[in-house]
Amino acid sequence: MIAGLAIVDVATVEVFAQARSGWSGFFTLATLVATVAAAIRLATPYLIAAVGESVGQRSGVLNLGVDGVMLLGAFGAYYTTVETGQPWYGLLVGLGIGMVMGLVYAFITVTLHAEQGISGIGIYLFGLGFSDLLFRQLVGTPRPILGFDGIFDFTLPEGRLEIEYPDLYNHSLVIYLAFLLVPAVTLLVNRTTFGLNIRAVGETPQAADSLGVSVARTRYGTILIGNTLAGAAGAVLALEKGIFIQNMTNGMGFIAVALVYFGAWRPLGVLAGSLLFSLVTAAVLQWKTLGILSGAAAQLTEMAPAAVTIIALVVVTHRIGAPAALTRPFRRGAEH
Amino acid sequence: MSLAAPLLEMRGITKQFPGVLANDAVDFNLETGEVHTLLGENGAGKSTLMKILYGMYRPDAGEVLLRGERVTIDSPSAAIECGIGMIHQHFMLVPPLTVTENVALGLQSSRRPLTDLPTVANRIRELSETYGLRVNPDTPIWQLAVGERQRVEILKALYREATVLVMDEPTAVLTPQEVDELIVVLRRMAADGRGLVFISHKLHEVMAVSDRITVLRDGRVAGETTPATTDRSELARLMVGRPVQMVPDRPDVQLGEPLIEVGDLHVLSDRGDEAVAGMSFKVRAGEILGLAGVSGNGQSELAQAIAGLRPTQEGSVRIDGRDVTGEHPRRVRDAGLSYVPEERMRDGVIGMFSVAENLVLLNQGTEFSRRGFLRLGAIREHCRDLVERFAVKTPNIDVPTSNLSGGNIQKLILARELSAEPKVILAAQPTRGVDVGAAEYIHSRLVAQKSAGCAVVLISEDLDEVLALSDRIAVMYEGRMMGVLDRAEATVERLGLWMAGVASGAA
Repeated sequence: MIAGLAIVDVATVEVFAQARSGWSGFFTLATLVATVAAAIRLATPYLIAAVGESVGQRSGVLNLGVDGVMLLGAFGAYYTTVETGQPWYGLLVGLGIGMVMGLVYAFITVTLHAEQGISGIGIYLFGLGFSDLLFRQLVGTPRPILGFDGIFDFTLPEGRLEIEYPDLYNHSLVIYLAFLLVPAVTLLVNRTTFGLNIRAVGETPQAADSLGVSVARTRYGTILIGNTLAGAAGAVLALEKGIFIQNMTNGMGFIAVALVYFGAWRPLGVLAGSLLFSLVTAAVLQWKTLGILSGAAAQLTEMAPAAVTIIALVVVTHRIGAPAALTRPFRRGAEH
Repeated sequence: MSLAAPLLEMRGITKQFPGVLANDAVDFNLETGEVHTLLGENGAGKSTLMKILYGMYRPDAGEVLLRGERVTIDSPSAAIECGIGMIHQHFMLVPPLTVTENVALGLQSSRRPLTDLPTVANRIRELSETYGLRVNPDTPIWQLAVGERQRVEILKALYREATVLVMDEPTAVLTPQEVDELIVVLRRMAADGRGLVFISHKLHEVMAVSDRITVLRDGRVAGETTPATTDRSELARLMVGRPVQMVPDRPDVQLGEPLIEVGDLHVLSDRGDEAVAGMSFKVRAGEILGLAGVSGNGQSELAQAIAGLRPTQEGSVRIDGRDVTGEHPRRVRDAGLSYVPEERMRDGVIGMFSVAENLVLLNQGTEFSRRGFLRLGAIREHCRDLVERFAVKTPNIDVPTSNLSGGNIQKLILARELSAEPKVILAAQPTRGVDVGAAEYIHSRLVAQKSAGCAVVLISEDLDEVLALSDRIAVMYEGRMMGVLDRAEATVERLGLWMAGVASGAA
């Protein structure tokens, strides 16, 4: 975890290094802004993966393989960018890999009715091992790549428009697109016929089936959406960090699954969860950099994001129930 | 297409499941404007036949004709396209979604890919107006009462312009008055050029609603008749294949001391609202108290609280003079209670356990074990005896209990519970989903226990059953007792009003 985060946040660390140390250093506007900016960037992969996973879960399919798919997407994006120098191609390859993994997972869980929890863990282990294997075979020594530029880097000539705290705004286009997923998926689930099918299939598949809604087709659709976004989340992670390393997600996919529960299966809730998690992560990083925390305390605080998420999870999921058919394979004619 | 062809014709339908011939060359037809009842025991093949019609199963042989033309129905959507609608016994509704969303599900939207709920809602209002099916389109299903949910199911079928409408046991969950209302709706729908298939095993309703009756037994047509040319005992005979004693003989028994006393009991449901809101009653030795009421009015929670399976908030339960309020189920049983639970597969038996294992579940620490080891020989002897005495039909006592039919599982539970020589029997929905023959047997057993000096609490939503067995009849509505009547004073009308929550002062 330490190694992973250290590489991710080269930019953040530089900002921190300039600041004063201690608590007084943390509570300056510049440092707080830098923390928030870092949190937004950190939140993006979680957000993309978790919003995608929420779609699958609304239709009754749990995918514990998100992390593995993210790793495959990350490697695909990294390798493509290394070879072509085009991060957009990398992103596309990440999406494509996610889609292929989605087809595999849908075939296993929907067509073959396999138990979802175990199948997902299988997908995770495959992704973990296979991404590393490909990396060793095809790349070997890590070479950094250039990811996406911030959207204000070229469009705004210097001095024409005053931007205060550019770090807050000047993210790459994909980060903006990731946040746009929230209204997009909300619209899909709540306002479209496909979304109505998703909600029905996730709650009472027998009812949907009796009205001629194909449970299988609906779940194939949501699994494809979820896995494609998981692939994209991995791609964005690799492109933002500019590198691929073995197991670079470090369990992010599992956190994403937890965030779906945290967000009570609503994209807006998932967004809130992703931001909360990332803010705590960024703040802890900041404290370490500023020397507020050191040694064992610093190690312990690395658990803070997970702990905060779990506590919030316990509070939230007591109020709102999961889709009733979550993790249940559907067979026509079988009684419940 | 000939004019004489019936609306629907099913010819020679045969369907084989592993080990069971569910339908054996069944012929069935339906005319426009007709209510045609399909009558039969559980497992007689009614549901299989209708699931074939609705495209949920493929028949092994036979054909389906609509207005004389052969059709292939291989999925529910194909059935809907053919104008076949089905109202399932277990409602096919999505609880968190609104009425409108439930109706719109699976339909083409005029604003694809977006939904067009306002248009759907308007049409629902028109249809509810026409057929007197009152329901608010914007309410989520989980907030609706059972009767309203059924209206939504009917609206779903009407919205899809079904001309053949299959209703699988639609009255099981309704009060007598709601049943009367439903019959009016059914008549109106038939008069508007539809054909209705009505599935039921409640004979008086069948007599009231049908134009024609087809009786199925063991997958074959046992007879076809009309209400004008038959009566209830004739129908029961056709269903079971032998004469059935519809009402058990009830011996006069001298009443003794109260054996169960429930005082001002308050119990919460799983959702945390008060499911039982102050119930009080006593049942004396030799007496059967029937607790009627539409299911979901606190009966399940009441039974679980008495048996020690659910905490009580207030009030007391005394069994044979001993206060067992909030005690461990084991202690309640030791005080003399036997419990026949409503959810027999969940609370009554362990499905994977053998018949013998389920029969001795209660006998921990008795003659069937020594130093923690089971005494298999003694257990087998005891179980063979019980299986024989209680007429449990099973190949042997080692098969998994889940292999038995519902009626035989219920007899097994009864064998276990009655062999404990109880003082009080709490039987919740003891014959629900049980075939007529087994129900007859269970009734005779309960009456025998009464004669032997037990106090029996019979919780049932089947008014016929309650009226046939009970000495006194109480009605539960929203967790409260609406009133108690002696058997001689009880009428279906009066109990029905109570079941609907109408106090007798108003009547």
